[in-house]
Amino acid sequence: MLNVIRKWLDERFGWEELMAPLRHKKVPLHKFSAWYFLGGMTLFLFGIQVVTGILLLLYYRPSANEAFESVQYIMTRVQFGWLIRSIHSWSANLMIFFAFAHMFSVAFLRAYRKPRELTWVSGMLLLFLVLGFGFSGYLLPWNTLAFFATKVGTEITGQVPLIGRQTMVFLRGGEEVTGATLTRFFGFHVALLPGITTVLLLLHIALIQRFGMSAPPSVEAEWAAHPEKKREMSFFPNFMLRELMAWYIALGILGALAAIAPWELGAKADPFAAAPAGIKPEWYFLFMFQTLKLIPAKVGFIDGEILGVLLFGLAGLLWLLLPFFDRGDKRSARWTMGALVFVVAYVVAMTVYGHVAK
Amino acid sequence: MEMQEHPEVQPGRRRLAQFILGGGFLASVISFLYPVLRYLVPPILPDLGGDEVVAGKVGELKPNSYKIFRFGSHPGLLVYTADNQYRAMSATCTHLSCTVQYRSDLREVWCACHNGMYDLNGRNISGPPPRPLDAYQVHVRGDEIIVSRKREA
Amino acid sequence: MDMWRNKRLTRPLWLLLLLCGAAGAAFADAQNANSQNAASPNTCVDCHSAMDAPLKVTAEQFAQDIHAQRGLGCVSCHGGDASKDDPDEAMGKAAGFRGKIKRTDIPALCGKCHSDAAYMRQHNPSLRTDQLSQYQTSVHGKLLAKGDTNVAVCVDCHGVHDLRPPKDPRSPVYPANVAATCAHCHADPNHMKAYKIPTDQFEKYKASAHYEALTVRGDLSAPNCATCHGNHGAAPPGVDTVQNVCSTCHVFQAQLFASSPHKAAFQAASMPGCITCHSNHKIVHTSDAMLGTGKGSVCMDCHSEGDAGYKAAAEMAQQLGQLTADAKNADELVTKAQDSGMEVSEARTELDQTRDSLTKARVTIHSLDVARVNQDVQAGLKTTAKAQQEGKAALAERDFRRKGLGLALIAILIMLVGLGMYIRQIEKS
Repeated sequence: MLNVIRKWLDERFGWEELMAPLRHKKVPLHKFSAWYFLGGMTLFLFGIQVVTGILLLLYYRPSANEAFESVQYIMTRVQFGWLIRSIHSWSANLMIFFAFAHMFSVAFLRAYRKPRELTWVSGMLLLFLVLGFGFSGYLLPWNTLAFFATKVGTEITGQVPLIGRQTMVFLRGGEEVTGATLTRFFGFHVALLPGITTVLLLLHIALIQRFGMSAPPSVEAEWAAHPEKKREMSFFPNFMLRELMAWYIALGILGALAAIAPWELGAKADPFAAAPAGIKPEWYFLFMFQTLKLIPAKVGFIDGEILGVLLFGLAGLLWLLLPFFDRGDKRSARWTMGALVFVVAYVVAMTVYGHVAK
Repeated sequence: MEMQEHPEVQPGRRRLAQFILGGGFLASVISFLYPVLRYLVPPILPDLGGDEVVAGKVGELKPNSYKIFRFGSHPGLLVYTADNQYRAMSATCTHLSCTVQYRSDLREVWCACHNGMYDLNGRNISGPPPRPLDAYQVHVRGDEIIVSRKREA
Repeated sequence: MDMWRNKRLTRPLWLLLLLCGAAGAAFADAQNANSQNAASPNTCVDCHSAMDAPLKVTAEQFAQDIHAQRGLGCVSCHGGDASKDDPDEAMGKAAGFRGKIKRTDIPALCGKCHSDAAYMRQHNPSLRTDQLSQYQTSVHGKLLAKGDTNVAVCVDCHGVHDLRPPKDPRSPVYPANVAATCAHCHADPNHMKAYKIPTDQFEKYKASAHYEALTVRGDLSAPNCATCHGNHGAAPPGVDTVQNVCSTCHVFQAQLFASSPHKAAFQAASMPGCITCHSNHKIVHTSDAMLGTGKGSVCMDCHSEGDAGYKAAAEMAQQLGQLTADAKNADELVTKAQDSGMEVSEARTELDQTRDSLTKARVTIHSLDVARVNQDVQAGLKTTAKAQQEGKAALAERDFRRKGLGLALIAILIMLVGLGMYIRQIEKS
C-alpha cells in the first residue's frame, strides 16, 4: 500500500529524489549521542502546541470580559477541553525546558563551530521567540497571576534606557495593562510569533540538513586518528524511530500531567485589586527576576534595575554571538566551557533560589 | 518504511513485531483522536459569553415580584416592577455578602442580615452597605429575558 | 528650531512666563496668609505658641481646627482683641476677654452658634442644631447642671483648638475612635469613683464582634458606644427599650423575637430583651453552642429538663447541627475534588446558598418556632445535597479521566514495545 503511494508521488514530484538526502543523513554515535534527541523533542512539543493551540482557538475569546470565562468554559463544559488546555499549558513549559536544554547541550558539545554559526544564531532567536510565546500566552487566561506577572514583566521592559518606555507602551497597547494588552498579546501569540517562528524554524532545519549532524571536537579528533572507530546510524528510519519512541513517551507524560495535575484556572483578574504578595513570574523567567531583586536599588549613579536589564541584554547578545568568539583552539574551548558552566550554574541556582525565596 | 530482509529474524517474530507495532499505532492514534474529535463537537450548553445569561422567561414573573438567578458563580436579582419594567443587579450584599431580596411592600431591595436597603438602581440608600450593588442591563429577546453586565474598557 | 529665534514669538512667551511667576507668587502669598488666622493678625497665637501646656496653642495646631478653617478665631470663643500686642489690651475686660471658659459654661458657649439654625445654615446647612438640647437630656448634661464638673462636656469628646469634623479619621469622635474617647473617663476607676457604675465596658466591648467589625474590617456601620447610647443625649437605653436599639440593624431577629413567647416572658421578668442572651457590651460572635441543651447554651440559663423550652431548644439545636454537619461533609467532598484538580465552581455556588440558608436558620431560631426553623434547614439541606451531587460528579469525572489516561498509556506502551521490537529487527545485522 505504502509502495503504491510512494510510486504515485515519485512519478509526479520526484519523491525519491527529494527524500534522498534524508535517507543519506547520518547521526554520529558516541557517548554524547543521547543529546541529539533534544532538538527533535523541542520541535515535536512545538507541534503539539500548534495543534492544541488551534483547538483552543475554536473556543477561546480574547477580550478582557470573556477570556477567563471562555477558558473556564473550555475546562468545564467542552468535551475533553480540560485535556487540550492542560496539555497546551504543560507542553509549553516542557517545550521551553527542552529548548533551553537543547541550546545548552549544543553549547557543551560545541556544535555551533564553523560552519554552523548561523544555525546557532537562528536557534538562539528561536529561543527568544519561544520565551515570547510563553510570555504572551501566559496572559491569555486573564487570571490574577497572569495579569500581575504581565504587569511586572512589561514594567521591567520599560526600564530599558532610551527605548524602554516606547517598547512597554507597544507591548501593553497603552500605558497600563488592560483589555487592549490582552488583544495585542493574543495577536502576538497566534499570528506574529508563529509567522516569524515558522520562517526561522524552516531556516534552522534547512541549515541542519545542509551541514549534517555535528560531533563534539574530542570525538571528531578520535575518529580522525582512528577512522575504524567511527560509528554512525542512519537518520531514516533508525534514529527517527527512536525519536518516535521518545515522542510517544512525551505524549504519555503530557497526558498523565493533564489528567493528574491539570493546569489551574485561578481567579479572574481584577485590575483594581492590589497585587498578591510574593508575585513571581513563571520559572523560565525566574533567574532574571531573582537577579533583579538582588541588585541593590542604586549601583553608583545607575539605577539598579536598569543596570540589571542592561546586563542581561548584554549577556544575551554575547551569548547570541558565541560562535564568533570561539576560534576553534584550545584556549577558546576552555573559555567557552568556563562561561558555559558558569551560565548553567547561575541559571539553575537563580531559578531554584527564586522558587524558594518568599 | 523500508522492510530490510533479515534472514536471521524468523518470519513469525517479524509478524509479531509488525502486529504489535500496527496495533499499538492504531490504539494510540485512537486514544489521541477520540478526545480531539469529541472536543470539536460544540457542547449542548452554548457559552453566551462571560457577560450574558438567560435570567428567565417572559411571563414567569408577576408585576412587583422578583427572582434570584445565577450569573456566573454569583447570584443575581431580577425584579419585574409594578410598572412592568425589568431591573437586574447583583444579589450579593456589599456589606457581608448575604443574598438580598426584593421587598414588594417597600418597593426596594433589602438585605435581611442587617437591614441594608438599596433602590432599584442598586444604589445603597440605608443601613450598613458601603457600596451599591452592581447594576446589570436587561434585554428581552423573544421570550427570553437576557441579563448582561456592562462592558469593560 | 528657528522658531526660537523669532522675536515676535518669543516676546509674548516671556510675558507669559512673567505672568505665571507673578500668579505663583501671589498664590504662595495667599497660602501663607491662610496659614495665619484668616488674613487677619493673631497676636494670641504669637504668644501662646511659645508657652507651655496647658496654655500652648500653635498656629499649625489651630490650622487643623474646623472653626479656624471657617474663619473663626480665638476671639470668637474667648473674646479679647487679637490685633493688640499688649497683653493687657488684648486680654482686657474692655475687649470682652472671657479667659478660660468654665466647664459648666462650655455647652452653652458652643450652643450659642451650634443651636442657632439661622447661623449654622450659613456654614453647614445640613448639620444638626439640637446637640445642646440633646445634651441637656443626657446623664452628662443633667449632672453638669447640678454642678458636677467631672462629667464630659463638648470639648472633652470633640477636642478643642484642633477640633476636626467627625468624618475625619483623626477626630476623637470618628466612628472607629469613639469607644476609646468614651473609655478615657469611663474606663478610669479613679475618675468614675463617685458614680458607682462599672468601668469595664470598654474592655468588654473590645472583645465584641462589633468592635472587631469596626477596627479589623473597617466597617464604619458597626455600632460604637454612641450608636446605642446616643452621642449628645448619651444615656443607657433602659431595660424595656434596649431591643429597639438592637433592632435598628438586626430587624429580622427583633421582629421574630417580638412574635415569640419570649417577649412577654422577658417583659414580665424585667429581663432586658436581646441583652439577656447576647450581653450588652461583650457581644461576642454567636455560635451554635449558644442554642440547645449543652454546655455554653444560653437556653439553660432559664430552662430545665422537661419543660417546653428545653424540648424546643433541643430540637432546634439538632436541626441546625444536622445542617452544619451536612454542609461540612459537602464542603470536604468538594474540596477533595478541587484538590484533585477538578473544576468545582458550580458546587461552590451551591455551598454559598447553603451558607445563606444557615444564616437564615440561625436568625429564625429567635422565633422559637421549631417548624419555621425546620423550613429553613430543609431548604439548606437541599443545597447541600446538590453540592454533594456536584462533588461526587466531579470525583467521578476525575476517575473517568484517570481510567482514560490508563487506557491511553497502555496504548502508548504497546506502541513503544512494537517500536522497540521493530527497531531491533531492522538492525539485526
